Amino acid sequence: MEDAPPELRDFPQARKLRRVRAKNPIRAWFDVRRDRAGSWAFALNRLTALGLTLYLFLHLAVLFLLTRGEEGWDSFIALAKTPFFLILDVILIFGVLFHGLNGIRVTLVGLGMGADRQRTLFWVVTAVTIVLLTISAYIIFTL
Amino acid sequence: MAQKELQFKLFRYNEGDEAPRYETYPVTVDENTTVLIALMHIRRDQDPSLMLRHSCHHASCGTCAMVINGQEQLACVVRAMELGTETVLVEPLRNIPVVSDLVVDMVNFYGRLNPADRPYIRQSEFLAESATPDGIELYTRFENCIECGACVSACPIMGTDENYYGPAALAAAWRVVEEPRGRDPQDALDWVDNEKGCWRCHVAYECTEVCPTGVDPGGKIMSLRGELTRQKFRNLFDFGRR
Repeated sequence: MEDAPPELRDFPQARKLRRVRAKNPIRAWFDVRRDRAGSWAFALNRLTALGLTLYLFLHLAVLFLLTRGEEGWDSFIALAKTPFFLILDVILIFGVLFHGLNGIRVTLVGLGMGADRQRTLFWVVTAVTIVLLTISAYIIFTL
Repeated sequence: MAQKELQFKLFRYNEGDEAPRYETYPVTVDENTTVLIALMHIRRDQDPSLMLRHSCHHASCGTCAMVINGQEQLACVVRAMELGTETVLVEPLRNIPVVSDLVVDMVNFYGRLNPADRPYIRQSEFLAESATPDGIELYTRFENCIECGACVSACPIMGTDENYYGPAALAAAWRVVEEPRGRDPQDALDWVDNEKGCWRCHVAYECTEVCPTGVDPGGKIMSLRGELTRQKFRNLFDFGRR
């Protein structure tokens, strides 16, 4: 069948794939099953990736304000010091920490190192993230 | 024995239907009633049109794998009352085309196991140190995998990329590397060393979580990657010496 994957086209009983699914496949990314570490890590990695990508563009847009001179920049800095934006900064730091640390976990596990301890590694990543996030939040709100 | 009426909310679909639907059936269960038994009761007493597969009824054939309350399980060993919900949601395996109701088309699943040169027998580690009787070289047993498809259903990558080989086929490929039994393990490694093979996995480990027989497909995929990485490093620093 033309639409079968290449390795199945010679298989005698390969047939046209039906498209009925119980759920949207993209939802599978965020279908966190019970309290399983692997699912949470997978879903959070994707969420933080999306968030960091969005932040990248926002950051570039903010830096563009520098072209408006001192007045434009100063008004933005005043806004950035409001509690709402400070909370956003904390969320950003969570994204950076978790995505980076879990990325290290995924790299190690993905190369066969510590694969049998992937759950433990997830909790280590989470603990380190929480500790560093707490310190960062304290600095952000007290400076 | 305590009895209770539970509501079984079932995924229903027949070829030609515009869209799937859910239908709810009341079933009186006791502490020993499995989801599979309840489904068979529904089919016998309430709706003979319900389609489902079953065979051994003791978790060794993998035929009755389905998604029960959002989790891939073998219906023959899941006791309905132990689920702890008044409504039991039963759906077919995900990421595998639906034939009808709870029956999915396993042809492509099995097709992917063929290129992996899937082994069916393995050396038995449980009796590794026992002396074998005369005429028997070593003890063997069936491989853990019962080809239920639960791992494929649970895998988030299978949900978004139908060309991915999937955890079952990749786990079978690692078993060829681990215990060649006359096969060339490099063939299996070459087969998985591409963007549809072991490198497509994103380490969600849902496959390992739902596997009912301890295959650990996630771990085996990582073992494939580890072996391939070691080979690539060796080749990288070989400087042409072979």
